[in-house]
Amino acid sequence: MTSSDAGASALDPEGRTEGRGSRPPAPGRDGGAPGSPRREVAPGIVQHDVEAINARERRALYVGRKKIHPKRARGTFRTLKWIIMAVTLGIYYALPWLRWDRGPHLPDQAFLIDFANQRLLIFGIEIWAQEFYFVTGILLLAALGLFLVTSIAGRVWCGYTCPQTVWTDLMIAVERFWQGDRNARLRLDKKPWGFEKIWKKGATHLTWLAIAVATGGAFVFYFRDAPILMGEFLDGTAPTIAWVFLGVFSFTTYMLGGIAREQVCIYMCPWPRIQGAMLDRDSLLITYREWRGEPRGPHKKGETWEGRGDCIDCKQCVVVCPMGIDIRDGPQLECIQCALCIDACNEIMERVGRPRGLIAYDTYHNVDAGEDVSQRRVRLIRPRTLLYAGAMALVAVLMLIGLAARTTLEVNVLRDRNPLFVRLSDGGIRNGYTVKILNKRHDTRSFRLSITGLDGARLAALGYEGQAEPRIPVVTDDLRAVRVFVSLPADRVRALGRDVVPLRFVVTDLVDGTRAMRETTFRMPKR
Amino acid sequence: MADKPEIDEVTGIETTGHEWDGIKELNKPLPRWWVWTLYATIIWSIGYWIVYPAWPLATDYTKGLLGYSQRQAVADSLRQARAAQAKFVKAIAETDIAAIRSKPELLRFAVAGGRAAFGDNCAPCHGSGAQGAKGYPNLNDDEWLWGGTIEQIYETIRVGIRADHDDTRSNDMPKFGVDELLTPEQISDVAEYVLSLSGKAADAAAAKRGKAIFAEQCTACHGEDGKGNQELGAPNLTDAIWLYGGDKASIVESIRTGRGGVMPSWEKRLSPVVMKQLAVYVHALGGGK
Repeated sequence: MTSSDAGASALDPEGRTEGRGSRPPAPGRDGGAPGSPRREVAPGIVQHDVEAINARERRALYVGRKKIHPKRARGTFRTLKWIIMAVTLGIYYALPWLRWDRGPHLPDQAFLIDFANQRLLIFGIEIWAQEFYFVTGILLLAALGLFLVTSIAGRVWCGYTCPQTVWTDLMIAVERFWQGDRNARLRLDKKPWGFEKIWKKGATHLTWLAIAVATGGAFVFYFRDAPILMGEFLDGTAPTIAWVFLGVFSFTTYMLGGIAREQVCIYMCPWPRIQGAMLDRDSLLITYREWRGEPRGPHKKGETWEGRGDCIDCKQCVVVCPMGIDIRDGPQLECIQCALCIDACNEIMERVGRPRGLIAYDTYHNVDAGEDVSQRRVRLIRPRTLLYAGAMALVAVLMLIGLAARTTLEVNVLRDRNPLFVRLSDGGIRNGYTVKILNKRHDTRSFRLSITGLDGARLAALGYEGQAEPRIPVVTDDLRAVRVFVSLPADRVRALGRDVVPLRFVVTDLVDGTRAMRETTFRMPKR
Repeated sequence: MADKPEIDEVTGIETTGHEWDGIKELNKPLPRWWVWTLYATIIWSIGYWIVYPAWPLATDYTKGLLGYSQRQAVADSLRQARAAQAKFVKAIAETDIAAIRSKPELLRFAVAGGRAAFGDNCAPCHGSGAQGAKGYPNLNDDEWLWGGTIEQIYETIRVGIRADHDDTRSNDMPKFGVDELLTPEQISDVAEYVLSLSGKAADAAAAKRGKAIFAEQCTACHGEDGKGNQELGAPNLTDAIWLYGGDKASIVESIRTGRGGVMPSWEKRLSPVVMKQLAVYVHALGGGK
């Protein structure tokens, strides 16, 4: 990780550079000021006057932010990223509006985090608060999936699907729409404030704000019926908390996606620091094939390619980079591996008539192997990937088992602890319990409560006097707590001769005979 | 500040001009975003001073535009809670105490309220689980000195036992030993008989002697069969429950000193609704008749 020695190079008085990609220091130079001399590095290709934001000679403990003006890239990966952006944003904005019929008693929103009723509704799946371990399982799967993908192909998450990347990409596209591509934006930034600059910048920020509000709005819709809440937003009757979260998420979208951008990835996000542990020599990373590219330099038409590298130092890979870095400096913390430099470089390679893939997904191993083709290999199946995949499979199987075993009727028993037992006047012993019956069906049911496993015991439920096996109605999607007393006559207590015996509560659905059971104990004095 | 800032030769960074023993301090200002955040929070705090209570004055304080007060917020919450309860409180006040039990909603409200009131008022003697202690009756069981119907429980709560209430419940067991009404040997004999009443092991000869004394001294209150009398607050001596202990030494002590616990009258301290809730709660502990 080259940035780890940032501090060291900051104190390096000579501004020395070393290792691959060394260039003479160029302090204070930035992005192709119009009019500055431009160098043609190959027929029809001019070098961009740009430095990586994290270039060695620029590093310091305290650095100001260098504004990045990413150029538009074209190619396979850019197309792929547009598609992924369309799909992920489409899901995000549209999902709350999707309907899913669950019958008359439940909301018909396909994906609803129903805080008021403490449950999570995802299409046909319904997760109650006490079943939150399903969510834990989903998060586990997501984390392990992230590990797996990272060990195979690096920061795919960062480069393609992370919301920060997707929204930043969208915001940059908006910026480009109003202000033009890199060079036009550079010119605009250099200009003094005037009508053109104000309206172009203003339009950009207004569009960003509109996207931000739509994003914050969509987030709130996940927590309340979307059409109802939309109506409430429009006529101003939405609950305060909805407005607050709309505001918070609009603000963060605008700030993080529009303003902060790469700063989030470099300084705020822990993932770049964690991912180092998931990579190994066989992970496919976006790599500058140094063995092919160096020594770099301008190439004139008709010149031989013998004895020199394929890199013509046009810096296309730097200008398209949304992080503002130079991939030729090697793997680095700042690289989100979005693959735009691959597109940029491939386009140039085609134009100068060299093979594509000077920058490509490749492994540390292959970089070390260099030109020695016999040493090249791509191993997707390795102990590390097998371990992550196995862990994912295990979690998935456990969750499926849990989901398959999920019941619509549950009984929980809380035995009284104070007092543990009560001695009755006839010498018998009575224990108290709170029995909670959970009816997860979507209609009201009556349940018969009974006990097994303790001969001679009598059951009485508060409010159901005179019923040896009380019939307890529980309305739909609800929990009913019943105070229950179990008493055992004196002769049975003496006959048992123990201070604790097992006892089982059985709840039977009177309609379809579904049963749920719960083991507990019956306690008596120590003799 | 006419001079241009001095530039440190080694690092190329300007200095603050401060010098200690030949060492000069480099000017390394705080990150700008940090400084602006600090300014923003200061400006934000001014808003707080205006809308929220902030500055102490000589006898008062600035109230703020919103007029927010935590004390008021608590009072409001309490008022809201009381308003939400009003329907049930009214219903309990109007409903006959025995009828509360047949109305599930009222029963739940009464038990919940009774549990809270019990914790505040009754738990110090009867225990938080109403399990009692020596001399303090266990309210979970089915043995009652003054009766276990819901009305009788309510009455006991209302008037107390040996309390400062005109109708207070009171029983008067003589101090047979202290006042020398019986000799220690006679007390021992009666205790043996009482042990035999509840089926415990007892000296048959002594119990026989005790039976005669019991018939003479004790049956007026405890009854000829020893089953007690709830009208008089006389405990049943034939069952398994003993307020002061069921071993011989404890029984001898009970006969010698007469015992006699106390309970306050709650009529002047609690409203009828709360006393009703308490009675319902105690009755619902499992031993109610």
